[in-house]
Amino acid sequence: MSVLAPPEPALTPVYSYPDALTHVPTHYCPGCTHGIAHRLIAEVIDEMAAKERTIGVASVGCSVFAYRYFGVDFAQAAHGRAPAMATGVKRVRPEALVFTYQGDGDLASIGAAEILHAAVRGEQITVFFVNNAIYGMTGGQMAPTTLLGQTTTSSPAGRDRATMGTVLRMSELLAQVDGAAYVVRRSLHDVVQIKRAKKAIRRAFEVQEQGLGFAMVELLSSCPTNWGMTPEAALGYIRDEMVPAFPLGDFKVPETRAEAGA
Amino acid sequence: MARELLKGNVAFAEAAIRAGCEAYFGYPITPQTEALEHMAVRMPELGRTFVQAESEVAAINMVYGAAAAGVRTMTSSSSPGVSLMMEGLSYMAGSEVPAVVVDVMRGGPGLGNIAPAQSDYTQMVKGGGHGDYRQIVLAPASVQELIDHTVLAFDLADRYRIVSVVLADGSLGQMMEGAELPAMRPPRAADASPAWALSGAKGRDTNLISSIHLDPDEEERFNHHLQAKYAAIEAAEIRYEEHLLDDASIAVVAFGTAARLAKTAIAGERAAGVAVGLFRPITLWPFPTDALRDLSERVEAILVVEMNMGQMLEDVQRVVAERCPVGFFGRTGGVMPMPEEIAARIRALAVELGAAVSDAPEEVRT
Repeated sequence: MSVLAPPEPALTPVYSYPDALTHVPTHYCPGCTHGIAHRLIAEVIDEMAAKERTIGVASVGCSVFAYRYFGVDFAQAAHGRAPAMATGVKRVRPEALVFTYQGDGDLASIGAAEILHAAVRGEQITVFFVNNAIYGMTGGQMAPTTLLGQTTTSSPAGRDRATMGTVLRMSELLAQVDGAAYVVRRSLHDVVQIKRAKKAIRRAFEVQEQGLGFAMVELLSSCPTNWGMTPEAALGYIRDEMVPAFPLGDFKVPETRAEAGA
Repeated sequence: MARELLKGNVAFAEAAIRAGCEAYFGYPITPQTEALEHMAVRMPELGRTFVQAESEVAAINMVYGAAAAGVRTMTSSSSPGVSLMMEGLSYMAGSEVPAVVVDVMRGGPGLGNIAPAQSDYTQMVKGGGHGDYRQIVLAPASVQELIDHTVLAFDLADRYRIVSVVLADGSLGQMMEGAELPAMRPPRAADASPAWALSGAKGRDTNLISSIHLDPDEEERFNHHLQAKYAAIEAAEIRYEEHLLDDASIAVVAFGTAARLAKTAIAGERAAGVAVGLFRPITLWPFPTDALRDLSERVEAILVVEMNMGQMLEDVQRVVAERCPVGFFGRTGGVMPMPEEIAARIRALAVELGAAVSDAPEEVRT
């Protein structure tokens, strides 16, 4: 009689490479959280079986090459104009799942008008807003989201309220707009927050699918390179410095599906 | 289709609809706003897309998105608004998406005024945005041509994956005259969208609409590809009108409304015995280079007439290359050249060339 246990049933993989991600290595710096944001979005697209009808709109900034990493149809917009371009796409392809992926320089500075009015019109698009409080691609300049006192290459003595103003909180701003159906802020600095972020990404896509209006998930993100920190210290900076300036939470959610649809 | 009394702005908007335009994005600006208003009524009626954008910057980027998704799409505006669209036009050239832009030009620079002008020639013909790019530019001279050129603009845009511009002016946009609209063409079926368009990657590889080529060698190759396409357009799509040029010793060269005004002056001068005719570029790009060069070998002098300070003049001078003298008469800032003023310039040229001319009775100059 054998002492070996009977054969186990075949192992079921619980964690695999998302279909909606290509196998192209990203250009992101070590410790950058863009990769996490990409993966979460791709996992949700897979879970919704929406890969074949998803159209992404990439922006300008570090996420300029997002189209390389998602295995879906993509457009590359001009700086700040992704919500306008996504409007054009979604209006003529209402059956498609349309999302933009924008950084804080793109969305909160040069594209402030386009994001605001996409929300005003209640465009049925989903916006992923990656906020790392700095211009990454151009090498660490001040953004509208840069923290008061934060040093950047264009605020070398720290952001000064008197001459440079202070943080622009886009989620709070957009939540005031009637056309916005779902506006939340999440963070990518630890596992618990990452899991919460994924749920919000799912909900933001569902809001589009249900035709409830404009949806945006703001993701607090790290930039170790331009912050001049180790990846670990950068995650701590999100938790200790960014979250107090950009409180996490739900700023606008459809009350109930029936009500919101009425 | 019956001939109707139509306002220019309404006529081109309706022509676009009948040419199968499925999505219009625009922003109010005088003197073209009637086009936006017509679209606001008609597009929803037909179940098509109309969006009043928050700016011309947004409007052209919405056009970019709809074009990337593979439908016939357009915007219309006037000079200051068109200036704001230069970013989008450059991106669309760089990603080779087809679309139509109607520019109902007004006086400038700056806020200028709302009167007719032709001072966007350089911006539209030479490319006001960044990069080495071209767009097809059609110059109508009547409401009928505004209609016909709008339809043609869509067909050329699709054929070459390029932006086509209809370069009108405030007088064409605002005037009413008899014209015939084309029959309604059905929009392209959803499953008949172009192979390159964004429609969701079902049963095919993913599509990308982008103007980025980070590797300079690759960007240069792409530019050579664009130049080859532009050369093909130059070989096949040049359009112009020759009017009374067979025996002419003087040729007026003018486009759009300026050409129409020149025709009236030419009729009067012909009656007075001046051998004058009109050469009218209909495509400003591709420019009718060969035809104009041939003409410069046949006539003794050319007079360029424009509603600007000599923007097309530079192209005429380049082509004529001193084979004959090139004079210029322009009014600008929203002022239109009157036929009498043009006639006086023609007459002065004729006298200079030693032609025997009689005074024409005023009533002939209609």
